[in-house]
Amino acid sequence: MFKLANQLTKALVVAGLSATFVTTAFAQSKFSGIGREATKAEVAAWDIDVRPDFKGLPKGSGSTLRGQEVWESRCASCHGTFGESNEVFTPIVGGTTKEDVKTGRVASLTSEKQPQRTTLMKVATVSTLWDYIYRAMPWNAPRTLSVDDTYAVLGYILSMAEIVPDEFTLSDKNIADVQKLMPNRNGMTQSHGLWNEGGKPDVKATACMTDCSKHVTIGSFLPDYARNAHDNLALQNRPYGPYRGVDTTKPPMARLPGKMTTVAMGADSITPAGLFKKHNCSTCHAPASRAIGPAISEVAAKYKGQADAMKKLHQKVKVGGAGVWGSIPMPPHAHVPEGDIDVLVKWMLTGQ
Amino acid sequence: MTVEKKSRVFGRLRRAPENFVSEQFASDVYEHGMDETRRGFLRKSFVTALGAATAGGAVSSALAADGEKVILEKQQWQTTLGQPVAARPYGAPSQWEAALQRRESPGLTRVSAASVAFAPLQGFFGIITPNGLHFERHHQGWYDIDPAQHRLMVNGLVKQEKVFTMDDLMRLPSVSRIHFIECGANTGLEWGNVAVPSVQYTHGMLSCCEFTGVPLSTLLDMCGADLKKGKYILAEGGDGSGMTRTIPLDAALKDTLVCWAMNGEMLRPENGYPLRLVVPGVQGVSWVKWLRRIEVGDMPYASKDEAVHYIDLLPSGLHRQYTTIQECKSVITTPSGGQQLLDKGFYNISGMAWSGRGKIKHVDISVDGGNNWRRARLETPVLSKAITRFNMDWTWDGSPAILMSRATDETGYVQPMVKQLREVRGTRSIYHNNSIQAWKLDANGELSNVQVG
Repeated sequence: MFKLANQLTKALVVAGLSATFVTTAFAQSKFSGIGREATKAEVAAWDIDVRPDFKGLPKGSGSTLRGQEVWESRCASCHGTFGESNEVFTPIVGGTTKEDVKTGRVASLTSEKQPQRTTLMKVATVSTLWDYIYRAMPWNAPRTLSVDDTYAVLGYILSMAEIVPDEFTLSDKNIADVQKLMPNRNGMTQSHGLWNEGGKPDVKATACMTDCSKHVTIGSFLPDYARNAHDNLALQNRPYGPYRGVDTTKPPMARLPGKMTTVAMGADSITPAGLFKKHNCSTCHAPASRAIGPAISEVAAKYKGQADAMKKLHQKVKVGGAGVWGSIPMPPHAHVPEGDIDVLVKWMLTGQ
Repeated sequence: MTVEKKSRVFGRLRRAPENFVSEQFASDVYEHGMDETRRGFLRKSFVTALGAATAGGAVSSALAADGEKVILEKQQWQTTLGQPVAARPYGAPSQWEAALQRRESPGLTRVSAASVAFAPLQGFFGIITPNGLHFERHHQGWYDIDPAQHRLMVNGLVKQEKVFTMDDLMRLPSVSRIHFIECGANTGLEWGNVAVPSVQYTHGMLSCCEFTGVPLSTLLDMCGADLKKGKYILAEGGDGSGMTRTIPLDAALKDTLVCWAMNGEMLRPENGYPLRLVVPGVQGVSWVKWLRRIEVGDMPYASKDEAVHYIDLLPSGLHRQYTTIQECKSVITTPSGGQQLLDKGFYNISGMAWSGRGKIKHVDISVDGGNNWRRARLETPVLSKAITRFNMDWTWDGSPAILMSRATDETGYVQPMVKQLREVRGTRSIYHNNSIQAWKLDANGELSNVQVG
């Protein structure tokens, strides 16, 4: 407590609070009536983190067979059948070898040619994956997997990467042994100056003021294709004042523009594409490619020419549906205003 | 459309004050009509104006012989009654400011609920980020959580594990501090080469607000934290992502705050309403939003966002873990990439500097690609772990230039060139790129993003 009182004094002096306040031996008595003791059940409900030493890991187990069932019904739509998909998120499985499992260092990480880093190429601690899955997966329905299914699906992922055998049961009993097989288990370092405020920086530059670099060379320019890749910058700057945005839909001007002329400009109302994003439709649907749900173009094609398509799809959006486009159900969207649903459905069907 | 091309001056609009775009842009619209991009932004009144100009034929000049019409003629906002008070009970920016918005970088992420919206630094003044333009980064979408249902739990190596309501927390003695928040991946797109066109996308995962809350040390003290065994805290978010980050106990006790307010109002939902952690000088991911739990522990937690994501790949193939401090950095925000100077003459070069290790000591500016430098003016206030605004007078003679800024913080650390960082960290580390930014100014007045050296 003594040490704490010192720390607290420092913190509170910095905070500009009265010094007399910290002379109270126990600050908690100062704040009577504020906060209450947490119950054991409450702590158990929320304290779900699992550390590298497996503190916090619940007892349980799951087979790769069960893991495959969970994977295919809950995970594969985003991550691909083999954990290799790069469609929605970066891949989980790939880039590790049997040799890496022996050495604990993923050799492909030293190659500049490796296009992507998969999760299993990076992660050193199997506890992280257990915690990640149990805490935050599936992505659109986090914390809906049981403890045993978390073991099962983690075991299945590890089996896809050939870290554990095809038929394997991962449990709290053997997870420490599996840790010894993690392909990048020796691939992390905490030895750097960016962990603490007083850490030593990597580089020491000098503040030269004159004749510092007589031959200035430009090592990299903005590529031509990137000029308008973030839409028209003329519309992302104030249309008055000293600095206008460049009209990036056009090649650079030949000369200074000089005097400016006047036109009116302002915000438009929200577009169907804006509604599509606002109501999170884009989480599961893309215009022309299949994501978690069908592509807009697929839906449009399926319902083309049907007289009651508007009504049917309006209902699908509102109350949800299942079975038309595979195993992942469309959740209900009762919170989306009726008018917005009409605009969205019309837009899906007609592009207008 | 039969309007004579040379006639570039549009008539005064009756329904709205006039606004400006470049002459070339205006004449392009005039000549070619509206394309898809313009269609979304140009108002109907603009079309009306074109229609009127076409139909009426005669377009009056904006600058008559005896002066400007906007002065000589009475304007609508001078001759009619304005809006009453509380017409908009929660105020909003002028309709003329719609160009400045948070924006995603197309193609950076595939799903918008696990993405980032960049702040439009090119339009900011001073050091404070308006709440509506604070950058956004979510890992599994955002929620607007009912504050009456929100709880903060403190557990682990403490004498008494406690639960606090918002009522509890907001009764405690609060402090207000101005601090920057920067995502560790800010400028991360540019480790290898130039990739994006404007400061919004190179540096827009940066904001600075006045945060109000209770020092974390107060809460740890109330729970009787074991400061002998305890070495770290874990902060955990209350959303589906359940963001978890390890913070060393000394940082947690020093200046970390548990905050409910930003810039005088409650936090915005996108920024963690009703409660977030503020860890000054440390990358944004540790400023856990929708904060629900603090655990005191004796080892780092290697959570998903410190063992799978937010790790920095070195040329050796090793990853650095727990890289959290945001080192000294600066950027010129005006003029900057994707902006256009209209003419030669006087300009105020302006920008932002910040350091996760304390105050900014000085900022130097070069207009010749780093050969010669001049000291910029630092505007007050100059605060620790906050954005400092700098300015420098400059007269442009119309010749090509390369504009750069270089900040030094109170520890004496000087912001490096990117090649210095690459020598240690390579080009694949994504995070913690605090190198000097260069903007190339061409004789036509257009600025673009380049890397020098």
